Amino acid sequence: MLQRCGACQTIAYPPRDLCGCCWADSLSWVEIDAGGVFLAETTLHTSTNVYFRERMPWRIGVIKLDAGPTIIAHAHADAKEGARVCMLARTDKSGQGVFIALPERETPNMADDKALRELTCDPKHRRVLVTDVRHPTGQALARGLVRAGAGKVFLGVAEQWKPFVGRDELYALPNTEVAPLDLSDADSIADLTSSIGGKVDILINTAQHMRPGSAMTRRDAITARDEMEFNYFGPLRLLQSFGPAMRSRGADGANSAVAWVNVLSVFALANWPAYGLSAASQAAALSLSQCARGDFAGSGVKVVNIFHGPIDDEWHQPLPPPKVAPEALGAGIVGALQQGLEQSFIGDVAKDIETRWREDPALLERELTLARLMD
Amino acid sequence: MSSVGRTRQNYSGVALAAPVTVPYVRYSPKPAHWWIGRALAMLASSAKLKPADIDGMCVSSFTLFPDTAVGLTQHLGLSPRWLDHIPMGGASGVVALRRATRAVQAGDAEIVACVAGDANQVSSFRGMLTSFSRFSQDGAYPYGSGGPNGAFALITRAYMQAYGATREDFGQICVAQRRNAMMTPHALMKKPLSLAEYMDARPIADPVHLFDCVMPCAGAEAFLVMREDRAVELGLPFARVLAAIERHNAYPDDPIQIRGGWGVDRAELWDQAGVAPADVDLLQTYDDYPVISMMQIEDLGFCEKGEAAAFVRGHSLTYDGDFPHNVSGGQLSVGQAGAAGGYLGLVEAIRQLTGETLGARVANAKVAAVSGFGMINYDRGLCSAAALLSEGRRIG
Repeated sequence: MLQRCGACQTIAYPPRDLCGCCWADSLSWVEIDAGGVFLAETTLHTSTNVYFRERMPWRIGVIKLDAGPTIIAHAHADAKEGARVCMLARTDKSGQGVFIALPERETPNMADDKALRELTCDPKHRRVLVTDVRHPTGQALARGLVRAGAGKVFLGVAEQWKPFVGRDELYALPNTEVAPLDLSDADSIADLTSSIGGKVDILINTAQHMRPGSAMTRRDAITARDEMEFNYFGPLRLLQSFGPAMRSRGADGANSAVAWVNVLSVFALANWPAYGLSAASQAAALSLSQCARGDFAGSGVKVVNIFHGPIDDEWHQPLPPPKVAPEALGAGIVGALQQGLEQSFIGDVAKDIETRWREDPALLERELTLARLMD
Repeated sequence: MSSVGRTRQNYSGVALAAPVTVPYVRYSPKPAHWWIGRALAMLASSAKLKPADIDGMCVSSFTLFPDTAVGLTQHLGLSPRWLDHIPMGGASGVVALRRATRAVQAGDAEIVACVAGDANQVSSFRGMLTSFSRFSQDGAYPYGSGGPNGAFALITRAYMQAYGATREDFGQICVAQRRNAMMTPHALMKKPLSLAEYMDARPIADPVHLFDCVMPCAGAEAFLVMREDRAVELGLPFARVLAAIERHNAYPDDPIQIRGGWGVDRAELWDQAGVAPADVDLLQTYDDYPVISMMQIEDLGFCEKGEAAAFVRGHSLTYDGDFPHNVSGGQLSVGQAGAAGGYLGLVEAIRQLTGETLGARVANAKVAAVSGFGMINYDRGLCSAAALLSEGRRIG
């Protein structure tokens, strides 16, 4: 995304307030062609910045974009001077938006590049806690993380004595370790924090309590209280126990703490009355994640929000498709981490809601809340 | 771009006098106000003036914040009728000269003190780097070098690729300047430097190595601008301004900087001065990195574009050589006292033309060229300026 002038179409970089070409007050952020030519490179050996001092030598370059501007950027080791490159924009450990020049075509083990890895949250070699593997999404995610080369996957399980479908296959996965964890129980969270709190590089909260029902189709607040307990207070307790240790390890060596992942219903953005009270608790969880972004700001830990529509599980059984398969959701989460995204919409429903939300949030709200009348 | 409309008015009748330097130190707890105040005191004492005689002031400093030239008037008890603040880094000296000369010609001020000074407290250089400009905050600072080394390394690399210059060629400039600095009392780097030592220095940001970089320090430089008759009355040696130019954000479409704005205006510079490059007895370039000195040698017309490497190989750049260049040692050997780095070459040129030298002296110097370059706002230096000066009245 760069600024483009609505009057003369000139692309501006670095960001500014008026067009530097025609002075029109009509700059807007647009996706632009990411291609360019790598003009010149340098390898830095010293820096006044303590973060970079620990990471020297560090290669950067200057790239002439096909779209016009010249950009100073981090350089992937396979991006060569004189060659064509493809620019990728990400936030760095400080939260600053930056560019990295990548080779135009995929190269072997491209994701392992030191500079690129600083900008992504690739689970490879990292230790990951998945908070709830009773649910098929948590299981699919754990399998995906193992496939992606995670150093260790901690499998969060509440009430261990209670069997669940898929347990034996899950426990047989390599590089995994069972982690007793009940998000509704502060002692359980504290116990787990004291044993693995300093070892978690990525925390993915998959625990969700989603039940049908709106305010007037339910008769009391008991279920709503459970929803808040799991969907809001659970992540809050997690943040208060695991958060501080992760925040302090955001630039800790090669495999630092990198991501705090919230798996959220897309109806956190706009209420869908069919699951209206669950959606309300998801909205609270979304707001909590934004608060967490502030807590983690500048620490090197990214807060990643994964939005999904109805999952193809027992609690959404009466709903017609499309529903997102747990396998697809798990793969989407791993993909978002590998790409260093801070927000990702997974599945057809989530993508549809995203599009409508971006276009007009008020209209989306109206359409969702009137949907029942149109059935 | 240049020479449209009326011919630029000349700079005649104006004297540049009282070149002073507050000796540099690597680190000092003293703030910019102290350095600038000391420079003004040195000006007053060398010209035998009282503070009230100075009715114009032009200030350049990076570390005065939150003050500007305005605050300094109260701080230092001045009541000028003409005041300017020039935030142009390495171009500050020549630009100040241009502004002050016009003020004196117009009668807006009688005696203008042009002064640049900066503090260098242990943390101030780093503080300045993180907040240098909005573009650099967004587009340069996040990429690791923490300062200008990264961007100048890219510029140096591109220049080497375009014109075939080598590290040895840059070394010619640095080694000659170190030799010049050996006689400069306040130079911070006075250990002799050989080309072999230059080549063996540790890398900073390839191809920039240690001796291609200036050392940040504290210090101040200043001079006075007044009518010639006033300088004579005060018994001051002085230099004259033959011509001067400035240009900002030249060649914005060059994808990477391989030339500066001097090329846009240089024909007018030489025409107005009525001299040619061959008449110049010493050249004072802005040497934040040697590649920038090479660009100035070319873009001012001392050789063809791209031939500065051959030029420096073919000439001796020391004060006693056939092409005296940065004869006090330049910033590369004396140190870079913030915005005073943009005055260093000019103040030294006035010394050489008036005979008030502190160290090395160019024999029989009658015409000096001074150029400035400043403000790497994002990926390139935006300000360029140059002046041709001549001998006015020599010492004694």
